[in-house]
Amino acid sequence: MQGASNILLEGNNLSRLFAGLGVSIQIALVSVLLSIPLGILVGVFMTSRSRVVRFILRFYLDFIRIMPQLVLLYIVFFGTAAWFGVSFDGYTSSIVVFTLWGAAEMGDLVRGALESIPRMQYDSAYVLGFDRRQTFTCIILPQAVRRLLPPAVNLITRMVKTTSLCMLIGVVELIRVGAQIIDLNRFAHPDGALWIYGAIFFMYFFVCFPLSLLSRYLEKRASK
Amino acid sequence: MDWSFIQKFAPYYVLAAQVTVSISFWGIVLSLVIGLVCSMITELKVPVARQIVAAYIELSRGTPLLVQLFFLYFGFPKLGITLSAETCAIVGLAFLGGSYMSEAFRGGIEAVGPTQTESCRVLGMTWGQTMRHVVIPQALSTALPGVVANVIFLVKESSVVSGIALADLMYLTKDLIGLYYNTTESLLMLVVAYTLILLPISIVGTILERRFDYARR
Repeated sequence: MQGASNILLEGNNLSRLFAGLGVSIQIALVSVLLSIPLGILVGVFMTSRSRVVRFILRFYLDFIRIMPQLVLLYIVFFGTAAWFGVSFDGYTSSIVVFTLWGAAEMGDLVRGALESIPRMQYDSAYVLGFDRRQTFTCIILPQAVRRLLPPAVNLITRMVKTTSLCMLIGVVELIRVGAQIIDLNRFAHPDGALWIYGAIFFMYFFVCFPLSLLSRYLEKRASK
Repeated sequence: MDWSFIQKFAPYYVLAAQVTVSISFWGIVLSLVIGLVCSMITELKVPVARQIVAAYIELSRGTPLLVQLFFLYFGFPKLGITLSAETCAIVGLAFLGGSYMSEAFRGGIEAVGPTQTESCRVLGMTWGQTMRHVVIPQALSTALPGVVANVIFLVKESSVVSGIALADLMYLTKDLIGLYYNTTESLLMLVVAYTLILLPISIVGTILERRFDYARR
């Protein structure tokens, strides 16, 4: 090791890492924002009376659930280019996959939340003269959202963690930036990998830990 | 669809699937052990160990497996600890899975509650009898769905070991796409391989959950 300076404090290494973290968070955030409305839509359709609609959504959900996220990333990243001639870059592929995944998971959460509202509430609302739309928006949805919030925050945490896979399809996010810094300083700081990957480990932790605390707090509040 | 390509490379997928399965298997076995130990420490409220376990669970759940693997594979040698890629993958999976399994077990034990153990004491049962006939069957059956979900989760997570150059299913697929451009066939075999590994686990899990549904019956 040359001198006493740490690889993390040298040059703009630390700010580069934070920029990388920014890309990771951006992918997660955009995907979550897209998957919330889509998920509500999927969830509402999952309680549909049509058997065909339910079957298609069930298949979609099960396929997304059983495939590792990396497989989905490969399918979109490599597959779309081969089948449709459109070449998504890694960043777009990631957002497409995370949104599809998020919409499926959110959809199932919404379905569960909707089904957990007892039949009685619908009947009572109708008796009180609410129409179907009013019943749904004023009575059912507010209660469903309360039950939905803790698992939704959990999903965000999982998405932030899963953005680490994006580097494997060539997105320059936190880990890739870290690898670049390590390679650049291979000779000046041979032990760079320890420091950089250690720093990345804790950067992920300090993003995910508050989220997991928030989800636990919401869960406690919802069960009261 | 190029069937001759599939015929030619299907055996390679079998080999790669063996890598995926064996790494997942050992990772899962170790994480069950870690989970059991951690949940016992939490349950029995062992003074210092309990805080360490709590910190470990947060760290393991708050970081992605890929970062844990890179730290083990690229970072540890700088401390003079060099592990093979296989060992790293198994240790990484166990580190990640241990916390998930521990949470599942803890949930199972907590679900039984003190009323039942107290009732057993009133009925004159010994501690061993209480555990054997009342607590453990119910705790296991409550924890089972979580454990099965974790097993599936860990097999899926094992897909990232291609990042440290282990020749698993993902690695082979990327190689074949890069070498031959047979994207459709390679991706199809990949999806089929994971379905063949994960679908039986999920079906067996459902059967087990129904078979051991003591807690709710």
